Amino acid sequence: MNIEAQPIRELAVQEITTKTDTRDILAHATKSIRDKRLDGWTLIDVDAHHSEMSSWSEIVEYLDDPIMLHHAREFRSRTGGAPGLSNHMPGIRYQDVGGRIRHQQKLDEPVDDQSVHRDVTLVRRSIEALGMDYQVLFPGNMLALGTHPQPRVEAQLAVAYNRWLCDKVLDQDDRIKSLLYLPLGEPDTCLRIIEEFAGRKGVLGFMVTSVRFAPVHHNCYIPIYRALEERELPIAFHAGPHWADEYTKQLDVFMSMHAISFVLCNMVHITNWIVHGIPERFPKLKPIWIESGLAWIPFMMQRLDNSYMMRPSEAPLLKKMPSDYMREMFYTGQPMETSNMALTEAALKAINADTQLLYASDWPHWDFNPPSMIYDLPFLTEQGKRNILGETAARLFKIPLKPRTAAVGA
Amino acid sequence: MALVYVGKQGDFADRGRKVVARGELEIGVFRLDDQFYAYENRCPHVRGPVCQGRILARVEEVLNDDKTSRGQKWSECDTHIICPWHGWEFNLKTGRHPGNPHMRLRAFDVTVKDDEVYIVV
Repeated sequence: MNIEAQPIRELAVQEITTKTDTRDILAHATKSIRDKRLDGWTLIDVDAHHSEMSSWSEIVEYLDDPIMLHHAREFRSRTGGAPGLSNHMPGIRYQDVGGRIRHQQKLDEPVDDQSVHRDVTLVRRSIEALGMDYQVLFPGNMLALGTHPQPRVEAQLAVAYNRWLCDKVLDQDDRIKSLLYLPLGEPDTCLRIIEEFAGRKGVLGFMVTSVRFAPVHHNCYIPIYRALEERELPIAFHAGPHWADEYTKQLDVFMSMHAISFVLCNMVHITNWIVHGIPERFPKLKPIWIESGLAWIPFMMQRLDNSYMMRPSEAPLLKKMPSDYMREMFYTGQPMETSNMALTEAALKAINADTQLLYASDWPHWDFNPPSMIYDLPFLTEQGKRNILGETAARLFKIPLKPRTAAVGA
Repeated sequence: MALVYVGKQGDFADRGRKVVARGELEIGVFRLDDQFYAYENRCPHVRGPVCQGRILARVEEVLNDDKTSRGQKWSECDTHIICPWHGWEFNLKTGRHPGNPHMRLRAFDVTVKDDEVYIVV
């Protein structure tokens, strides 16, 4: 055997840490995009995150309520500098699997550009590394805000966060978009938010955090749905973790809680949404179910269809099967379950994935999906992949498509 | 096949590594208990940079004789390389996932000659 004369190259990053640049962490995803020549496709990431807690002291300065602002400021003087008014529980956030997944732990990479907020630079890096044209940005810990014991605080923080996000992030780069936070705990504030922010740069629609104990069909929310339908803006339900309800309290590792909680909340809301006829009342309102994966959808379709056939008197607004309504809704597939590819294919077929599924990375969270997870699915057509990776989102959000180029091997 | 020089034995601490590239092919070379192991830097999950992840002992759960749990501890014999993208773990000596042996890293042979470490590519 010959000894190769050419010296081998050592990678600049030997071990990925919290200090590693996003572009180095995602280098393999970037290479995959380049190899597939997906740079000619319209690529839209419908769910990515930033860590709003690192900017919490800035965000609370946008509070209208002077007493809440006072409380938020005073919290900073406490031991450990508590993020005042927030209800997130930092002591049981196991997402990074004990430091095994560094990008979930912290994005502590150097950023030299002082002309924009640090988060803008971090999002730009992930947009470019994942080959995206646009990325829809959501908060992180605020996904738990729907269980805040003080609905007034949820509402005030929602307004403050939305204003901060528009000013500091969305205004700074055309590629960064969002579906802004609706604090369902105060329906009147939701309406004011829609009035204030619809039409703001980068605002594609609005988002309800699914972790909350509120029946989404209640009459108090109906004006919100009407306001969104009138403006032709979608409503997203973003799932999240919740370890304190009676079911999840039985699960004593994060893996178990996450597997159930991120799905259970959207299962409850989609059931109320359909059974109480919201799609019949607002046929042009487009719901997006975010971050519950895919496997739950065919289960719910079969389960609701089966029950409805026996009990149509309990859902008199329905004019077709629950699964028919579900096939008209939009879903992000992340985290996509792929251990049984036959089931994955069945789930995509059940929801008409070619027209209803939206690519979502969930970057920088621990269970993120690179675009190759869609591209590599063996049973999709090229047009199906184009739709899922961006063209369906472009149509949904009224974003222009890029001129077409072909992909290698598609 | 060719022998590709990656460094002196002394360049590798125990549990140390070198992640190298030969053209597009990236390979992680690891030293563990005075043996060398090499794997492609590509997780079988979704091509994550597995060899650039953390190295930790396997977590074990200790059961009492009556099958009740005594709690968890670090393994004294199994060491894992953990993909930094999604946390998939692989035994550093076998390249296999602890719960799914069908999921394994692509291994390369490693040869040591005169204190010099080579991978067989």
